[in-house]
Amino acid sequence: MVKRKAIVHISECVACGCCIKVCPRNAISIPKGIYAEINRELCVGCGKCTKECPASIISLEVTES
Amino acid sequence: MKRKKKWYDFLWIVSLTYLILGFFNILFAWLGLLCFFIPLLIAIIKGNKAYCNKYCGRGQLFSLLGGNFGLSRKKDIPKWMKSNYFRYGFLIFFFLMFFLMLWNTWLVFDGVKNLSTAVTLLWTFRLPWHWAYHGTLFSEGVAQFAFGFYSVMLTSTVLGILTMVLFKPRSWCVYCPMGTMTQLICKAKNRTTP
Repeated sequence: MVKRKAIVHISECVACGCCIKVCPRNAISIPKGIYAEINRELCVGCGKCTKECPASIISLEVTES
Repeated sequence: MKRKKKWYDFLWIVSLTYLILGFFNILFAWLGLLCFFIPLLIAIIKGNKAYCNKYCGRGQLFSLLGGNFGLSRKKDIPKWMKSNYFRYGFLIFFFLMFFLMLWNTWLVFDGVKNLSTAVTLLWTFRLPWHWAYHGTLFSEGVAQFAFGFYSVMLTSTVLGILTMVLFKPRSWCVYCPMGTMTQLICKAKNRTTP
């Protein structure tokens, strides 16, 4: 089965935190104030963060698992 | 599973109240300094962007207007607007304008210049704002700073609303000078501890 997970393009991330607020699984954090990190164990690839990100730098990508 | 609302999810009310108070008494503009010092202190002391991530009332206001009220086209922001050139360039421009405003305040403090009861929008348009001025206790410089600072806050709100409508609700966050600055502080702070 094809699984998708959110990927943050960290060099363009502004660390605003919009993604944290919309994530239904609480899978996103910005631990050091530089970029958002997604917990791949929790991410279900719903794509809410992708839509919310004001810089549009989160994308859904197919994972092997 | 919807996230439970916390007290800080209502800080947009504070931001909105701040903007409204400026129409009645310009001296309230001084409170806006909190939006400058709190994010900086959090970034310097804690080394994170908790202010942007949780407490920023302006960001909440934009996501409310653009998201819940649907006042946003929800299109991607142009590439150049999220480039570091633009973000750092805007930060520098913002700083220059801020220091210009401080300089003007100083001139009024010093008595070289007279108090100008106007709000300058987008660094260009001078809007008469005398109705919100009812005298000040110490020096007219105190009022001049209030007018100048409110100009900064109103200008950035107008820019934020503009990009909210054109692009995504919180597009302002991409080029917000405070956000860029706190991210830079976090980068510097977290570089020493890899």
